Amino acid sequence: MTLLGAAEEPSCYSRLVNDWVCADYVSDRQQEIVDATLQHIGITVVSVLLGLVIAFPLALLARRLPRLESAILAITTGIYTVPSLALFPLLVPFTGLSATTVVIGLALYALTILVRSLLEGLRAVPDDVRESATGLGYGPGGLLMRIELPLALPVLVAGLRVATVSTVALTTVGSLVAYGGLGNLIKDGVLTNFRAELFTASVLCVVLAVLLDLLLVLLQRVLTPWTKGAAA
Amino acid sequence: MTVFNDMWAYLTNGANWTGGDGIAALLAQQLLLTVTALLMAMVVGLPIALWLGHLGRGGFLAINISNVGRAIPTFALLALLVVAPWPGTGELGPYGRAGLATLIALTLFALPPIITNSYVAMREVPSDVREAARGMGMTGAQRFWRVELPLGMPLVMSGLRLALVQVWATATIAALVAGPGLGQVITDGFFRSNYGKGIAGALVVAAVALVLELLAALAQRSVDPTRRGARVGGRADALSVQPATVDQPAESVG
Repeated sequence: MTLLGAAEEPSCYSRLVNDWVCADYVSDRQQEIVDATLQHIGITVVSVLLGLVIAFPLALLARRLPRLESAILAITTGIYTVPSLALFPLLVPFTGLSATTVVIGLALYALTILVRSLLEGLRAVPDDVRESATGLGYGPGGLLMRIELPLALPVLVAGLRVATVSTVALTTVGSLVAYGGLGNLIKDGVLTNFRAELFTASVLCVVLAVLLDLLLVLLQRVLTPWTKGAAA
Repeated sequence: MTVFNDMWAYLTNGANWTGGDGIAALLAQQLLLTVTALLMAMVVGLPIALWLGHLGRGGFLAINISNVGRAIPTFALLALLVVAPWPGTGELGPYGRAGLATLIALTLFALPPIITNSYVAMREVPSDVREAARGMGMTGAQRFWRVELPLGMPLVMSGLRLALVQVWATATIAALVAGPGLGQVITDGFFRSNYGKGIAGALVVAAVALVLELLAALAQRSVDPTRRGARVGGRADALSVQPATVDQPAESVG
């Protein structure tokens, strides 16, 4: 990094060299990379949480009214067939060029996976457990919060993992409305033929997905200590 | 909403459908891309997954490949392929600019659902059926072709169906690297603040996705060996696609 060294040979991310892997790029543009990564994490987390918040009442409704179940599942699956590149422009007239557009779009995708896994998880609660709880005096609310949801947690977390990993990948498409986190760097890398930027951002995307996935696995271990013996 | 009036005006104007960069040509191009990528993924993925499933080995690979595939953004993969010296942005016949890069990215994207479903399809053939076939003196190849493959066919097809719809939807992303397909209509309308055009493109893509989903569901029904024998004269019923469409677990989109 000495001045002399820089004068002798161009930096590995200069136009002339344009290396894929370049440590100088990472240290020189550190702030830009950190900002993009934080935006990526922010959009992903808010989207998945919003999806979960919407999925929860939908799943309960679907469970209460079996007739609505197939309708809810059909609509959420229908949303899933709309490509992300098409969904974001569809939302722009309403929400403008903002992070909200990306978050709503991604939440809709996460919703599909989460409604399904919530329903599956709640359905997997054994009937005799439910009956014992009712016999012990649990009302419908207490039954749901203290018996059914904890037992449904492993299936729900499995759904959350799928939703989170897909959302990390899909956030990159948000670069269409300039809120794509690392996707912005990828897009810029393509437009300016900047290999180090493109490669670094792509690798960070995958790393981010793997880290968030691991975090959810840990969360499940903590929340459902009783499954540890069975899983091992 | 003026945007929707613009959209309607764009869609109903015949001039927007014809010509080299009209909707019809781009639609055909994207269909061609989708079908080619799916066929390539089938040629690569099906034999490996079916063979591993038949042997009962490599389950770790088959299950984890879809997790890995989900974590890699198609946009990033496509961007890397386009900027790399090969395949780059070169024209490829009817596939257009960056055609080869798009085909490779879409093929890799289609592999996980195909491999996972085909492997599971082979493994989920009941073991007593498998053993009965062995007891009858069938060789390994006979068991594969005459017992396991027909019974596993519905699940194999559901993997192909998932891959088809996902590849179609994801193909639009090619437009982000100035590639081929209907995504061009969307991004073009979008970047020129012609939202009506962008939404028109999105609508066409979504409509075709639904049509493909329904067609694939029909195809899936027609290859189910247990359904055909179970109901005599149930043809009209077999054509209803509702339950198979709804019960499919969603995997990932582009």
